[in-house]
Amino acid sequence: MAEKLKVELVTPYKKVLTEEVDEITATGALGEFGVLPGHAPFLTSLKIGELSFKKDGVVSHLALNWGYFEVEDDKVTVLVETAERADEIDLERAKAALGRAEEALKKLSPEDKSFRIYEAALERAAIRMQVAAKAARK
Amino acid sequence: MASLKSIKKRIVSVKNTRQITKAMKMVSAAKLRRAQENVVAARPYAKKLGEVLQRLAKSQDSSGSPLMEKREGGKALLIVVTSDRGLCGGFNANICKAADRFAKERGAEFTELSMMTIGRKGHEFLKNRHTIQKNYANILGSLNYQTAALIARELIEGYIAEAYDEVFILYNAFKSVMSQDITLEQLLPVTPAVSAEEEYAPEYIYEPSKGALLDELLPKHIEVQIFKSMLESVASEHGARMTAMDSASKNANEMIGKLTLQYNRARQAAITTELMEIISGAESIKG
Repeated sequence: MAEKLKVELVTPYKKVLTEEVDEITATGALGEFGVLPGHAPFLTSLKIGELSFKKDGVVSHLALNWGYFEVEDDKVTVLVETAERADEIDLERAKAALGRAEEALKKLSPEDKSFRIYEAALERAAIRMQVAAKAARK
Repeated sequence: MASLKSIKKRIVSVKNTRQITKAMKMVSAAKLRRAQENVVAARPYAKKLGEVLQRLAKSQDSSGSPLMEKREGGKALLIVVTSDRGLCGGFNANICKAADRFAKERGAEFTELSMMTIGRKGHEFLKNRHTIQKNYANILGSLNYQTAALIARELIEGYIAEAYDEVFILYNAFKSVMSQDITLEQLLPVTPAVSAEEEYAPEYIYEPSKGALLDELLPKHIEVQIFKSMLESVASEHGARMTAMDSASKNANEMIGKLTLQYNRARQAAITTELMEIISGAESIKG
């Protein structure tokens, strides 16, 4: 069983990743899940969250923003709006965004239209920081 | 024959024009390369999303989503993607004519046909001929996905509110630098391409559920379609401008050649007349 998962990660701007990996985990609509070679066909939507994959014992992390995740015949297709590798994340910017979103949320009530927008911004910033922190620890 | 001075002046003016067209060609060439890269980069995403949609739609028995449901109303919306700037040959004229033709040929099918224009040029041409619902200008220069998403959201809201029952998009698809294909696509209701052969479809696990996935996917699909159309149009525009400016530069070269010939002839004629006068003057003194 020398099988690997063929991962393709695409955004509207470019193909971010084409890699053969041993294991992949992501945050789906119903929570975090992991996929190993030989997985049954599977389709889910992704939330703002983290995607990590293991290749030759090395784990890499990416911050994702909304997308789709499909497994078929050991081929994984990930469609996302944005994807950032850990080393691409601008930590300062994420921190600033986090602060801004927190400020805005304090003033708004959950019924406000823009509440969801700021909440999403908060989540995105938090995920970016989390991913960046993981990369830094290595 | 025109005077020497006036010919000289014309040569200078044509040379100036050539300089401008040459510069514009260079700029377009650079922009074209970037736009082309963007188109190529966006294609895999659009293709994969289409595949996922197709799979979901196939396994979904009835069209559960309002965005896929065919309605009997007769209100149609045509989105025309043009450019903000001119000087790109027949690029805008062709697409506007195609919009006109669409209105003429298929207008009878609908009770009402309105248009939405993306790009200043299309709006200028079409505003006096058809009902323009909305115009987006100056968004093509720095095109990003968010803009496309914004337009898509507006379209979907309008569609659900039954402001229109069918939405089409008309744009120049990028084929090569020299040629563009005017393409008409139906955006709403979404009709996924159904593959004819009944292939073996593996049993999928869907999370959270098929319907929920489809509901989320359809708006994305429309966003991507709009984004792709705009990217293609931008690339086509630069291609068209590059070819137009190239032929303009060639024409200018030809013109300069002709004028120079004329100028030299006129100069020679002037010299000859002058010589004749001197010789005949000398002859008369001798005699």
